[in-house]
Amino acid sequence: MRLEPREHTPLWLIVTAPLAAVAVSLLLTSTLVLWAGEPVTTAYALLFKGAFGSRFALTETLARATPLILTGLAAAVAFRAKFWNIGAEGQLYCGALATTWLGTGMLEAHPAVLIPALFVAGALAGGIALLVPVFLKVRLRVDEVVTTLLLNFVILLLVNYLVEGPWKDPMSLGWPQAAPIIDEGVLPRLVERSRLHLGLVVGVVAALAVWLTLRYTVWGYEIRAVGQNPEAAAFAGIGVGATVLRVALISGGLAGMAGVTEVAGLKGYLTLDLSPGFGYAGIAVAMLAALHPLGVVLSAVFLAGIYVGADSMSRAVNIPNYIADVIVACSVLSVLVSLMLVQFKVRLR
Amino acid sequence: MSVNTSFSADARASRAGAPVLEVRGVSKRFGALLANDDISLTLYPGEVLALLGENGAGKTTLMNILFGHYQADAGSVRVDGQELAAGHTRAALDAGLGMVHQHFTLADNLTVLDNVALGSQPLLSWRSRHREARQRLLSLATEFRLAVDPERLVADLSVGERQRVEILKALFRGARILILDEPTAVLTPQESEHLFRTLRALVQRGLSVVFISHKMHEILSVSDRVAVLRRGRLVGEVDTARTDRNALAELMVGHAVTRPTVSHLEPGKPVIALEGVGVDTGDGATALHDVTLAVREREIVGIAGVAGNGQGTLARLLSGLARPSSGTLLWRGETITRYSPRHFVARGVARIPEDRHAAGIFPEMSVWENLLNEELRRAPLWRAGHIIDRRACREHARRLIEEFDIRCDSMDMAARLLSGGNMQKLLLARVLYRRPDFILANQPVRGLDEGAIAFVHERLLAAKSRGAGVLLMSEDLDEILTLCDRVIVMYHGRASRALEVAKVTARDLGLMMSGDLDHVPGAVPA
Amino acid sequence: MMDLLDVFATAGFWAATVRIACPLIFATLGELICERAGVLNLGIEGIMTLGAMTGWMWVYQGGDLWTGVVFAALCGAMFGLLHAVFTVHLGLSQHVTGIGITMLASALSYYTFRMLLPESSTPPKIVPFQALDLGWLSSMPFLGEVLFRQTAMSWLAFACVPVIVLVLYRTPLGLAVRMAGENPVAVEAQGINVFAVRTGAVMAGSALMAVGGAYLTMSAFDAFYFGMVNGRGWICVALVIFASWRPGKALLGALLFAALDAFQVRAQQQVGAFIPYQVFLMLPYVLSIAAMVVMARKARYPKALLVPFRRGDRV
Repeated sequence: MRLEPREHTPLWLIVTAPLAAVAVSLLLTSTLVLWAGEPVTTAYALLFKGAFGSRFALTETLARATPLILTGLAAAVAFRAKFWNIGAEGQLYCGALATTWLGTGMLEAHPAVLIPALFVAGALAGGIALLVPVFLKVRLRVDEVVTTLLLNFVILLLVNYLVEGPWKDPMSLGWPQAAPIIDEGVLPRLVERSRLHLGLVVGVVAALAVWLTLRYTVWGYEIRAVGQNPEAAAFAGIGVGATVLRVALISGGLAGMAGVTEVAGLKGYLTLDLSPGFGYAGIAVAMLAALHPLGVVLSAVFLAGIYVGADSMSRAVNIPNYIADVIVACSVLSVLVSLMLVQFKVRLR
Repeated sequence: MSVNTSFSADARASRAGAPVLEVRGVSKRFGALLANDDISLTLYPGEVLALLGENGAGKTTLMNILFGHYQADAGSVRVDGQELAAGHTRAALDAGLGMVHQHFTLADNLTVLDNVALGSQPLLSWRSRHREARQRLLSLATEFRLAVDPERLVADLSVGERQRVEILKALFRGARILILDEPTAVLTPQESEHLFRTLRALVQRGLSVVFISHKMHEILSVSDRVAVLRRGRLVGEVDTARTDRNALAELMVGHAVTRPTVSHLEPGKPVIALEGVGVDTGDGATALHDVTLAVREREIVGIAGVAGNGQGTLARLLSGLARPSSGTLLWRGETITRYSPRHFVARGVARIPEDRHAAGIFPEMSVWENLLNEELRRAPLWRAGHIIDRRACREHARRLIEEFDIRCDSMDMAARLLSGGNMQKLLLARVLYRRPDFILANQPVRGLDEGAIAFVHERLLAAKSRGAGVLLMSEDLDEILTLCDRVIVMYHGRASRALEVAKVTARDLGLMMSGDLDHVPGAVPA
Repeated sequence: MMDLLDVFATAGFWAATVRIACPLIFATLGELICERAGVLNLGIEGIMTLGAMTGWMWVYQGGDLWTGVVFAALCGAMFGLLHAVFTVHLGLSQHVTGIGITMLASALSYYTFRMLLPESSTPPKIVPFQALDLGWLSSMPFLGEVLFRQTAMSWLAFACVPVIVLVLYRTPLGLAVRMAGENPVAVEAQGINVFAVRTGAVMAGSALMAVGGAYLTMSAFDAFYFGMVNGRGWICVALVIFASWRPGKALLGALLFAALDAFQVRAQQQVGAFIPYQVFLMLPYVLSIAAMVVMARKARYPKALLVPFRRGDRV
């Protein structure tokens, strides 16, 4: 079996690739549904309805998509430069910490000032979380995969300490959580009587900004160049170290902003279970979007739908909601294959 | 002058014995490309058959088919009269075929013995027979006078030593037919002589050799017969004694070869000069020591020398990627203080990287985006130095594609899909359009077919006539002797003085490349 | 302060070191084999989780302990095969495939566990491997507790090291594996199927990783719970670098790390009043990063690590 590069790739193929991947993963996961003893069509219908079938479902899905857009962008930007940032989870929590530190009374200002300030602080915190891994990679050639992964655990323990200790809200009836964000800092709701908040707008704007940067600016060119061929980039005079640093700060910053949206938008305060793996899911989001910033928005909404729908489905029938994780994981693997088929034809000898 | 391309019956009749290798009607197609077109060849015991053809003629494909890496679409191969099972490397090795690859198939981090012994025992045997293997290796080494130390790491060996290990690897497996793919590409003339002596020793013991090359003079000196491939077809099979360079060249290319006219011009002022430059790389072998040279307007200076003697460091220095730790670099008489690719490009240095895939292009970016490479942040392609003006860039690309005849389906095509020749044209276009004062051409025609080679050489000569100074680094002495006005030899990081090309021979250069940098051309070595 | 150093004098500390090291030994050796063949296997965390769940579940459903270990190994090998199809045969990104495998193996483990055992207030348990009683050896003071009252699986972990050293350095198969990670073209040129060697290595390595996970639920503890592996897989990836891809050093690294982990637990009990316990829990991860930094300069990566091999790929 040989792989032969395609001469040109038709656009329809590029667009249908992720869709095909999702279809395949839904098909494969249906075996788990059958095992649970439920008919596949009913189960998936419940999933879909739970995700998109009502006003409530839709707002829930979009609210869940908000941090996924940002962590998805974080992964997309990083992976474009072949900087394997698997630490978005920790960077998200860093953003959450910064939000809590600044937004629980440290800075009292009008929302038009405080809210942007929170996002800036969150982005900075997320970026700073990557400084050590970047330094280690550029100066000492230490692989960033393991360092960013391990830092996730360290940061989570830090959050654990703060939330159970010095930052614990005395009025929270024993539950470990931090003090609530002051009213001026809470992100306004986009739809009444729902959990959908301004964070979604921030996410979409960020996606546009990333897309424009990658396509139209020098920085974008340099990021793509370093990701495709660092040696040629250095030869051309592109500062590879500087570019990697820039990518890390942008990627970490985006993930940090996801932390801001969850604390200041969704929950209103920092808790230990703020992120059920948004950082890791961001990788799935980015892969399904083939690392395209605008595609990230769509794939984030889709994956959010899977999670929300699975929750809803598991309340109606006896299917553990881990099925969502299975679908997402299958999608990551199948999208790798479908993206490859976009570029290569398979020849049997 | 016509060449006797008929398959001379009496020549064959005078051979002793039946053929050891018969290729019959082998064809292989890759998509639109017909790499091998109905090729039939015969190899007799005890002879050296040269396989001549330019890059892309199909030699490597044919060898890959012999070794089972590809399966032919049609045709068969017989070894000693037995049909060879297609597509199985092991079958080829067991039948007695052995190959010395152009890019050595050795693992740097393992020892010579490990490299040689791999595959000689069935994979699922209980224990490796190290001691026996070592004995056998040492006796083979003595028998064929290919000295090696079994316990040394391959990473510590020189290029010539590595080739010896490659040959021993084949002999260890009991090869009766040895195929060498462009073996002298990385050797000095003296090392090549040693290789040819080894080949003659092998042939005397009854082995047969297939010698793949595009270097005419070697083929004429070492082979008994020559088979010429062109565009996948066998276009001639002659006895070496009955042919000459021009005839072979014409067979190889298919038409009379017109070499670009090289005129000697009056050189102008120095464009770039090194004075006592030393570069410390932390790795003694590739550092530069006390190098003094100059390249003037309207001349081409060649750098000869086996790879690994500091040329790479010199190239990096002149590309703006390394700083001198001692000495000075002068541009038109002015000392250079800032070392970065951008500063060098701004001054008017044009750089052609040694490996177009590794350091030349961004594979997934389009052709037009790759043409931007040297222009980062320079108006008018960039507004305010930060935003890409896509329209201006594409217009710029269109002009370059036309002027430099870069064949591509569209400028939006991914650069990795370009052929080698067109990729090299892209690299040239990107730097030459700005009429640079100094061109650093590092192995500019490596791996290209004759048409592309002629194109590249023409452009370099045109630049020279225009007033530029060119520094040509090449492993091919022929290229240097034909194209350059002066030549400098490098050895262990030191540079010889510049010699007039008209006054040196390949032998002189070979002696210098082997260490005698102060050799005087025409003098007899002590 | 003296109390802190006294920790080293207790047999319990050293026994705990051995116990903590065993899953790390299995998994590090497994990752080492994969990387030696040229494949980075980031599925390690998920495969360990899978091994932990499958081995335990086999016993919980009435199976025997050793067959449970074999079953876990087989499940690991299956996921190794999946990884190899993607990365070796199709040449896809080893990073993304690994993360995908970790996600899939973990998700399937949790789903299966939840399907077979709906929520209950008391976590279900099995009877794990017991400490082997070796007669007079076990009743020796100090050494008896440290070395000779370990479970059979612990012995297996230590036994794996010399076996792997032997196979890797003294058999033709081991040479082929090492070559595949340095120059796969050389392997193919000798008539050996690179894909087969790499796939086999990844499957074997994954089986070991799964056994490492199974150790957690079948020897160290007796129950499976979510988040049990807790980053140990990633720590093992760091340990492989620390060990310069050598099995003997991997054993040393695992023991060193385990000693620090065991120390950290005991130090918590003593100094817990002044230093928050989370700081102690951070130590293993921080130390793993430090271990990588220490070896970074000298790291002699297998040359073909992360480089996919395409058959007939000739320049």
